[in-house]
Amino acid sequence: MQLTNTPPPLLRCDRLDKAFAGVRVLRGVSLEVLPGELHGIVGENGAGKSTLMNLIGGVHQLSAGWMEFGGAPYTPATPLDAAHTGIAFVHQELNLFPNLSIAENIFVGQHPVRRIAGVPFADRAAAATRTRALLDEVGLTTAAPDTLVERLPQGDRQLVEIAKGLNQDARLIIFDEPTTSLTNREVERLFTIVRRLQQRGIAILYISHALEHVLTLAGRITVLRDGAVVETGPRTGFDTESLIRAMVGRDIEHLYPPLPSPPSSPAKVLEVRNLSQPGVIENITFDLHKGEIVGIAGLMGSGRSELARILFGLDPAGKGSVRLNGAPLDGLPPRARIARGLAFVTESRRDDGLFPDASVAENLRIVHPASPDPLRMLKELHVAAASSEQAVGELSGGNQQKVVLGKWLLNPPAVLILDEPTRGIDVGARQEIYSVIASLAERGMSLLVISSEIEELIGLCTRIMVMAGGELRAEFPAGTSREDILRAAV
Amino acid sequence: MIRVLQLAPVILLTAVILAFALLTPGFLAPRNLSNILVQTSSLAVIATGLTFVLIAGGIDLSAGSVMFLSAAIAGKLALSGQPLPATIAAVLAVGAACGAVNGLMVAKLRLPGFIATLGFLYAGRGVALYITETRAMNLPDELLRLFTSSVAGIPIPVCILIVTTVLAETALSRTAWGLQLYAAGHNSRQALLAGIRVDRITLAVYVISGVAAGLGGLIAVAQLGAVSPTFGYQRELSAIAAAVLGGTSLFGGRGHVFPGTIFGAFLIQTVETGLVMLNADPYLYPMVMAGIILLAVLLDAIRTRLVDSLGRRSIRANRALQGKV
Repeated sequence: MQLTNTPPPLLRCDRLDKAFAGVRVLRGVSLEVLPGELHGIVGENGAGKSTLMNLIGGVHQLSAGWMEFGGAPYTPATPLDAAHTGIAFVHQELNLFPNLSIAENIFVGQHPVRRIAGVPFADRAAAATRTRALLDEVGLTTAAPDTLVERLPQGDRQLVEIAKGLNQDARLIIFDEPTTSLTNREVERLFTIVRRLQQRGIAILYISHALEHVLTLAGRITVLRDGAVVETGPRTGFDTESLIRAMVGRDIEHLYPPLPSPPSSPAKVLEVRNLSQPGVIENITFDLHKGEIVGIAGLMGSGRSELARILFGLDPAGKGSVRLNGAPLDGLPPRARIARGLAFVTESRRDDGLFPDASVAENLRIVHPASPDPLRMLKELHVAAASSEQAVGELSGGNQQKVVLGKWLLNPPAVLILDEPTRGIDVGARQEIYSVIASLAERGMSLLVISSEIEELIGLCTRIMVMAGGELRAEFPAGTSREDILRAAV
Repeated sequence: MIRVLQLAPVILLTAVILAFALLTPGFLAPRNLSNILVQTSSLAVIATGLTFVLIAGGIDLSAGSVMFLSAAIAGKLALSGQPLPATIAAVLAVGAACGAVNGLMVAKLRLPGFIATLGFLYAGRGVALYITETRAMNLPDELLRLFTSSVAGIPIPVCILIVTTVLAETALSRTAWGLQLYAAGHNSRQALLAGIRVDRITLAVYVISGVAAGLGGLIAVAQLGAVSPTFGYQRELSAIAAAVLGGTSLFGGRGHVFPGTIFGAFLIQTVETGLVMLNADPYLYPMVMAGIILLAVLLDAIRTRLVDSLGRRSIRANRALQGKV
């Protein structure tokens, strides 16, 4: 008999298959998660990560395969089964009730009760005491249990979600893209707490597009591609390059296109002077020249998106002026700014950029309805859709973003503002969007690119401005190092 | 600002009372105010039931018809010589049954609450008109006396209102069930994932609304002395207005019976009574009501927008804070 140091796996998935309407999205996926292990799952969008997590979390049911949890067969029919078994799922879109307090959210399914004459009164004192302990455990020491969740910033809400999992004695916590809407400081705090959970023996499945985060945290990493496991092993066997290679199945040699040549006669297209809005931005002044791609870096909450909204006329500006090709835009509504040559690809495709239930064709026509042959954009931008009548919400993130770009490019603007143009988009589609951006600049369009990914700005932009606390802090030429930019942003 | 808006029903009510006090002598007389309170109780009880439905994210357009139907059945029973307790029990049972029909249509057949209860608005009134043969029906004195008498100096309708208010607000704010109701009203799918039996909650709120409509109808019919063919007509709209005036959101997940809905109902009744005392042209009443309802919805919209804007960070303020650390 052989003795090993490896404990038996907490979760064992054996050859899982899942098909939706006859389409196999998961093919023979096997996975083991050890107690106290952080297991990173990476893959492009559509690789099957979410489906796999939904099977484990009880949201969907297996088509074929077998799962074991803690040595016993595990066949969850609902998310509630998963919770009772000891699996908590921290979704990307947090499942909290903003109209309830922290304690009420943690206990909403099974609130402690004190029966008076048989009536189950909510035992708020007991709930508050337990919540206090849970919040301390996840490092949310400043919030009171009776604080309404709608008053909490995103990062704190996520901690509440984790506390909810702890309250259900979770032995496995699934994190789905936990860092997309967090500030850097909140990310640091999340990492600390994740490590603390591991020390307590809690296993973690960590899905993320942020490969550096996975490489920092994970003990083992599994790479999915086209619904199957292509590589799995200890973290030490991977680096960013090898992960990308495994995810894409080929080398992406040129993720970023060559930078457009700097304009020979720098004509000012957008002139922003002393733009201020109390509490939001302060004294923003810059020029955008013809054919330039200017990046705006900054941490979450530095005022980047708010600046974009003000430039586009969605939010008011208290002071200052904006000129487009010499003509003032101040006080004009978005519609008039569009007519004068401004376009804005918003941060959230789903909320602000698209009508998800409407067809691809309808979404393309929404800004410039009179434009002839809007469907030509599908070919120009290589949109992969079953037909132009397909609901745009059914497309992958990358193809959705191409539709958003397409609706603006039907009538090419002078200035295109892009807020997080590649958020939630896989590597292949990213490369295509980058090359579209570069070719637009080549043709004389001026672009303002807002991004949380400094690499992206370095790879794409001719100039990078850094915002912090609602102000422009610094400006760097192309070729500046990541460290210099980050230093200016904090 | 949000706090001011939360106090809006109280402030509005005070303003309206002051305005009428200045315009009509005797408006502030204790007898008049107590009259208004008695007259409010019917609407307030109905609006209390509707508040549950609205918090659950639904709507009940059938309350006025349920009022009429249960009052018609009560009238029949009372006139056929049934004892008073049996009559009252029958009213509540009819209200509960009507609510259960609505609730099952919404919870089990998954009809939108608006459509299901719109159907019942017509059907309920139709059945009641059939029962009453579209004639006004006078009620036995015994019934009228019960609902116009007092206990310890407090008129019976006001006693009923106090009891229902305490019960309702306790259920909303103090029980685990109330908590689940607010959760389900905010996002039913999410509530389902949290293990809440949303369909049971839906059924329950419509039953509560039905019982409240029956009870409110009984109070009203006792005050009027007869069940006329237009009894309860459009009363659900006043009740919805009362709830929304009191801060209940039409989008679900928010609202309270006390002070909210009760103040809203009192406000509406005060305006009606005030207009009567002013000898205002009766054709003006609907316009004043329209103004009040618009004002209520406007306040709701402003409040929602303010809550949203609170969720956004103030970048500059954050920075100032960071500077201090």
